Amino acid sequence: MSVTADAIPEVQSAVKAGAAPAIVLEKVSKWYGSMQVLRDITLTIAQGERIVICGPSGSGKSTTIRCINRLESHQEGRIVVDGTELTDDLRALDTIRREVGMVFQSFNLFPHLTILENCTLAPIWVRKMPKAEAEELAMDYLRRVKIPEQAKKYPGQLSGGQQQRVAIARALCMKPKIMLFDEPTSALDPEMIKEVLDTMIGLAETGMTMVCVTHEMGFAQKVADRVVFMDRGEIVESGTPARMFNDPQTDRLKLFLSQILRGH
Amino acid sequence: MADIAAEAAVPFAARQRPPAAVVGPAAWARTNLFGSWWSTALTLLIGYLALRFAWGFVSWGLVHAVWSVPHNDAGQPNSAPCRAVIGIGACWAVISDKYRFILFGFYPYDEQWRPLVCIALFLGLYGVSANRRFWRRELGLVWIAVLALIMLLMHGSATLGMTVVTDDRWGGLPLTLILATFGLALAFPLAVMVALGRRSRTMPAVRLLCVVYVELIRGVPLISLLFMSSVMFPLFMPQGVNFDNLLRAQVAIILFAAAYLAEVVRGGLQALPKGQYEAADALGLSYGRKTRLIVLPQALRIVIPPLVNTFIGFFKDTSLVLIIGIYDLLQSGRAAVDDPVWQGFGNEVYILLAAIYFCFCFAMSKYSRGLERGFSRSRVR
Amino acid sequence: MSGTAADPRYAAPRAAPRRRMRLSWSDPLLRNLFWQVVVIGGVVLLVWYLVGNTSRNLQARHIATGFRFLTQSAAIPIGESPIPYTPSVSTYGRALLIGILNTLRVSVIGVVLATVLGTLIGIGRLSKNFLLAKFTALYVEVLRDIPVLLQLFFWYGLLQHLPGTRQALHPIAGVFLSNRGIKLPWVDWERGDTGAVVAFVLGAVLTWLWSRRAAARQARTGVRPATWPVALLLLVVFPVAVWAALGAPFSLDVPALHGFNFQGGITLSPEFAALLVGLVIYTSSYIAEIVRSGIEAVAQGQWEAAFALGLPHGIVLRQIVLPQALRVIVPPMTSQYLNLIKNSSLAVAIGYQDIVSIAGTTLNQTGQAIEGVAIIMAVYLTFSLSISAFMNWYNAHIALVER
Repeated sequence: MSVTADAIPEVQSAVKAGAAPAIVLEKVSKWYGSMQVLRDITLTIAQGERIVICGPSGSGKSTTIRCINRLESHQEGRIVVDGTELTDDLRALDTIRREVGMVFQSFNLFPHLTILENCTLAPIWVRKMPKAEAEELAMDYLRRVKIPEQAKKYPGQLSGGQQQRVAIARALCMKPKIMLFDEPTSALDPEMIKEVLDTMIGLAETGMTMVCVTHEMGFAQKVADRVVFMDRGEIVESGTPARMFNDPQTDRLKLFLSQILRGH
Repeated sequence: MADIAAEAAVPFAARQRPPAAVVGPAAWARTNLFGSWWSTALTLLIGYLALRFAWGFVSWGLVHAVWSVPHNDAGQPNSAPCRAVIGIGACWAVISDKYRFILFGFYPYDEQWRPLVCIALFLGLYGVSANRRFWRRELGLVWIAVLALIMLLMHGSATLGMTVVTDDRWGGLPLTLILATFGLALAFPLAVMVALGRRSRTMPAVRLLCVVYVELIRGVPLISLLFMSSVMFPLFMPQGVNFDNLLRAQVAIILFAAAYLAEVVRGGLQALPKGQYEAADALGLSYGRKTRLIVLPQALRIVIPPLVNTFIGFFKDTSLVLIIGIYDLLQSGRAAVDDPVWQGFGNEVYILLAAIYFCFCFAMSKYSRGLERGFSRSRVR
Repeated sequence: MSGTAADPRYAAPRAAPRRRMRLSWSDPLLRNLFWQVVVIGGVVLLVWYLVGNTSRNLQARHIATGFRFLTQSAAIPIGESPIPYTPSVSTYGRALLIGILNTLRVSVIGVVLATVLGTLIGIGRLSKNFLLAKFTALYVEVLRDIPVLLQLFFWYGLLQHLPGTRQALHPIAGVFLSNRGIKLPWVDWERGDTGAVVAFVLGAVLTWLWSRRAAARQARTGVRPATWPVALLLLVVFPVAVWAALGAPFSLDVPALHGFNFQGGITLSPEFAALLVGLVIYTSSYIAEIVRSGIEAVAQGQWEAAFALGLPHGIVLRQIVLPQALRVIVPPMTSQYLNLIKNSSLAVAIGYQDIVSIAGTTLNQTGQAIEGVAIIMAVYLTFSLSISAFMNWYNAHIALVER
């Protein structure tokens, strides 16, 4: 997937040395029935750090980031997000979901609300923002993702790439400290991938803490501070993009890279 | 191939066992029966009621039930043992005594093998039609042949040496099956024509006629059509011409069924991609050929599951004919307990009838759901 | 685009040429016209033939057509009637009106109860509780596959098997079940009760106004004033206060056995009760499936996206899930309501006097077959067409909002 690699400028690292970590996962394990999908995942993500998680399908990448805002619950280990530990406590959950934005593979825009209403819903009901202010904020973010003119339309009237940019704007309207991306470009036609990636790069330049599950290796190379390779529910290898792609240590990563490069 | 070998060679950490809280029957019960205090309360309540009901039913229907009663010298049953256990035990003796009347109505006792064979023929016909391997043009001919054979068997023919049984003596399950199946078979061609007419762009008058027909029929209850057939139909006919009750009811059911089936078929026509019509036009096919060769075979295939569901509806609705005095399955069952000996044991008979209707309808709805699943799978591929 | 016409570089647009019909068999317009004339002509001929037969038959039987019989006095005994009626004095028109009112009575109560029961069962089928999910699935599966008429007979038989009035079942205070029907207590209606009802309606209107104000306030400041304390005050405290201020009249008219019969309270006749129970239970099994599939139609991703935004559960349900589920639910739901209304015509089989039953008796007594059937059909067509009109409006409304 190096279609866009050359077009992407290198983004400077925004990691704040010495600050408290944004996300800590400690020996996290999870099962579906008797099938183990996560095994002792341990990962610390610093504030401002940009992580790309890659791996073959079924390797637990999506499950990992869905555990970070508890769309899935883990059964063993600890997850601490922005200083708050994820437990069954609903108040802690509310706090964390406010601080963590998420973008899905299938956009998941609300089809019965306009683009603008999609963006203002959470600020109004969660941040208790006056409607006018929320709309102003939403328009601001829609301008940043370059589709302010679509604000009055419904999701069904937009292309996939536009919908995904709206989804990004919608998440940003909550002013999150951390953004999670779950394969944001996998459901898109090739010509729309770039517009979404450009939006994500723009976001990276603002210093946002980002965790992306993606197969876009070009994006990983230019933007990520660290690449984490997962396979069969465990972290196999992690390191800087340059090290990971040019000097893979494990056979499983080598195999994965060869399949990805051959595949495209 | 090399990849697979390489993959297999990659070492994996030994699979960890999940904590006991996640699997095993105890964990299953915790998540599915006692997930919260609310769920626990429901489980206890439903469990209690179900056990009580089950126990009550076993006690009534099995333990204290009366299965047969003595007959006197004249062959008259004596229902005293049943009357003794009213409210405590079921009287299945009414069924063992009356089952032939419930199933076949007033059909002459010695000739009842004929309706029995008809039931078997119906079941065979349904079985063959349900099999996707037989969905071919010839199936239509099979239907015509089998239905004709059923008519012959039921009515009999003096030339073949069979006793003639006129249709005022038909009754019970075969009559219900006849009303539903003939209703479907004869309504179907009409429904296809109405559906095509309603989709016609070039013939507004025909379209209007079809719309009025469908909306009119669907807007009124079946009972009003049956009433019409029994009180107005005789007025419509020239003097001296008279159709019997059953035929009139059958006509009403056909007209009723056709309106509902037409909507189902129209759904199939709409679901067919526009490209199919255009491709047929591009091949230079005439309207008739296009419809017969391209459109209908595909559209009808799509609508088979909803068609089966509509048929389930008719099958149940045929019971309404008892209101105009026809002895279908339900009415035969009711008439069985009109016998003074058996008066008051209606619920036992109703349970039997409900079981018969349920078996037919459940089998059909299971089949249509399976078909739907199969269709959606083949569409994904 | 408006400039195109004036632009000298382009030819002025001209109207599309009108299609002329040629007098030739190969002309599709002519062919279509021919077939339409054939079909319509055939139908007209058929109708003409039937009408001719009918009028000859009527003449032979000396039956005069027309609706004059509506003003004649009717010899129909009517068991339950919401408006005053005396057999052999009141007219057929009044009897038929009672039939319509009885149909409406059982339909309206039936629709409300079937919706409540069906929704509960439908939600039950989605429950995580294994027993509840299985039990509700069984309920739906069994009741849908048994003819509604058979179910009506079953309930009616059950009610008729109840003991006589003197041994009436007495499950809770004030309720008596006997083969003469179900007796329920009823309040003696007084001024205070009327006041309370008026206060409740007023409270409902005020609550609605308050919630609109709350929404406006939220739009302005972001903070939504709590609605429920106000609603509690207006819908519960206010009517109770009015009722108390008017002397707090409360005397239940409890049915009691006097001699061979009950006095006081209200009665549900066995026919009405059986019809209502049968229709509600049968229809609720269909409504349950509609509700279930409506909720399932809202993709899991919608819940997830809403939760990921930090929206609380109640808001997700109200703002995201219900609006989408209702779109899927409302159209089939209205057609089930229509089915319930049509199925209420089975009243005739167990002797509840709905419109079909009374029109049927009228038709037998007067011999006015055509008029009788026409009245039945007109009544049901009115119900059906008004419900389809609503559906068309609803669909158009939704389509407008969607695009």
